[in-house]
Amino acid sequence: MTTATTAGAERMTLLSALNVSLRTALAEDPRTLLMGEDIGRLGGVFRVTDGLQKDFGDERVMDTPLAESGIVGTAIGLALSGFRPVVEIQFDGFVFPAYDQIVTQLAKMHARSRGRVRLPVVIRIPYGGAIGAVEHHSESPETLFAHVAGLRVMSPSNPSDAYWMLQEAVRSDDPVIFLEPKRRYYDTGEVDVRATARPHPQGARVVRAGSDLTLAAYGPMVATCLDAAAAASEEGHDLEVVDLRSISPIDFDTLVRSVGRTGRLVIAHEAPVFFGAGAEIAARVTERCFYQLEAPVLRVGGFHSPYPPSRLEDAYLPGLDRVLDAVDRALAA
Amino acid sequence: MSDDTVRLLTPEGVRVEHPEYALDATPEELRSLYRDMALARRFDAEGVTLQRQGELGLWPSLLGQEAAQVGSVRALRDDDHAFPSYREHAVAMGRGLDPLALMRLFRGVDNGDWDPEEHHFHLYTLVIGSQTLHATGYAMGLAKKGAESAVVGYFGDGATAQGDVSEAFNFAAVYGAPVVFFCQNNQWAISESNERQSRVPLYRRAQGFGFPGVRVDGNDVLATLAVTRRALERARQGEGPTLIEAFTYRMGAHTTSDDPTRYRDTAEVESWRAKDPLLRLERLLRAEGSADDAFFAETEAAGEVLATRVRTAVRALSVPGTDHLFDHVYAESHALVDEERAAFDVYQASFVQEV
Repeated sequence: MTTATTAGAERMTLLSALNVSLRTALAEDPRTLLMGEDIGRLGGVFRVTDGLQKDFGDERVMDTPLAESGIVGTAIGLALSGFRPVVEIQFDGFVFPAYDQIVTQLAKMHARSRGRVRLPVVIRIPYGGAIGAVEHHSESPETLFAHVAGLRVMSPSNPSDAYWMLQEAVRSDDPVIFLEPKRRYYDTGEVDVRATARPHPQGARVVRAGSDLTLAAYGPMVATCLDAAAAASEEGHDLEVVDLRSISPIDFDTLVRSVGRTGRLVIAHEAPVFFGAGAEIAARVTERCFYQLEAPVLRVGGFHSPYPPSRLEDAYLPGLDRVLDAVDRALAA
Repeated sequence: MSDDTVRLLTPEGVRVEHPEYALDATPEELRSLYRDMALARRFDAEGVTLQRQGELGLWPSLLGQEAAQVGSVRALRDDDHAFPSYREHAVAMGRGLDPLALMRLFRGVDNGDWDPEEHHFHLYTLVIGSQTLHATGYAMGLAKKGAESAVVGYFGDGATAQGDVSEAFNFAAVYGAPVVFFCQNNQWAISESNERQSRVPLYRRAQGFGFPGVRVDGNDVLATLAVTRRALERARQGEGPTLIEAFTYRMGAHTTSDDPTRYRDTAEVESWRAKDPLLRLERLLRAEGSADDAFFAETEAAGEVLATRVRTAVRALSVPGTDHLFDHVYAESHALVDEERAAFDVYQASFVQEV
């Protein structure tokens, strides 16, 4: 699932695409700052910021004290003073000390100031499981941010989107929660970094066309859903896969058009199903596609259980088989 | 009050020397400081009255803290910045903000929507301690831009127990940010006294973070001005943060929703009444012959003019249109907000009656 190869396209990992995108942002706008724990000499624990402090200096690529609320709170102050901070939270499970600053301050200041204050802050969070990590290193907190008015929430599924969506995030005048699917960091794809505009415009994208059922996902689950669609095709089922890309806002128009064609919808995400993004999508698609639906909208995701020890995560995460099980149930209805 | 408290004016209105801090103030400056405190007190009293009349939803009174606020804000230059908590009415006035803007917030017609860059007075912050990090980040930004200005972050004694305040101290220290942490220790965090917030005097916290802390008599406007001025100079010269603990007292309730008689006794309140910040400056002004009855009468009249103006203006404030629900949630278009706005417009239009 890569963009068509063009003259300027290079094959790279999703992780490299993020690195190049941050490099572009630093080079293009002197107001851009990177902040986070271990992002300087170490280049971040995943190396997303590798080499950036060396090239842009420690005034622009700032190693911070180990204090997430402090990082986001000072990023707000820096944004108020005219900078555009891009913050790295080291792991999904470590964002919660900053949750207060994100929810009570970052998300609301534009509205409460009636537009006088803009906070162009990007918060990058490596998220999701399937890497065999210890506790607090595999979580999917997207709903906790999507529920908060004032935040934009997005998650790329492939290297090209990683590059371009991060460009979109750093250029946005709104705060953006940018969720990086860490288990896809080493997936490779074509990225046209010399293009002047992203190859696929904003909004959801149909990454595989099909006629029997729509599979909707974002971030790490898009690849799983494409695998599921390939497996289903061997059994004669033609699935459409929609990469939502953005979780706030959600491009319902693209999704509704897809479901209008297929009549069936399965939503997959790693986050718990209960009150997850799938619940909102199911409700709205049902509202808009009630007479086109041939089956109830089904959801596949994590359980209402703390993220398990890693030896159990294959059972917790919605893998290929659980996605196909939901597909079968929807097709049988 | 301990011996290491900086004081330049006693409760009896007598100027005293301090080995480290001095303040040369002309009679005109002294009168001006008095006037600012008196206007703030009168404005604040109007806030309490308007709340009692049902015109405001809530009012946090600054009564007793006039010297801490007026003295500190007077030390700021135009290019400096103040990040307030929610009780800094005199700081707002000192920065030139129309105090009516504060009442708009507490009337519930907006959430405090003044332009922070107009007077370099940032938005009120109701979540305790959050703004100390914003002040620190702003100061870090000023330093990055090479600006020769500084930031004062205001907070209370209760806030010192918040993690954000400790994180702000630490960030400011490690980056050498040009920020002054101005803690108004008014002795009470709603009903909880200092003993429930800290085991050490608050100003000593700074030492653990690697920067100076100083306790000042917060009811002494001259000492507060001198101490804040010195801290701001340090900040501007790249010497990093300072913590100032202004030792003062909240004479009124925490807010108009609070009943302080449930948790503190009259004797304590009366002992602080004897340390009143306005009274001591009035005594000095009269003793030095720097102000006469006419000045005090004139100041009182100016307070009445201010009170009348805000009272009239508050009562005339209109309820914002429902567009405000959707207008500024995001800086850029957001599909969900657009959809909900459109649906709400249709819903509202359904009530329009045909004539």
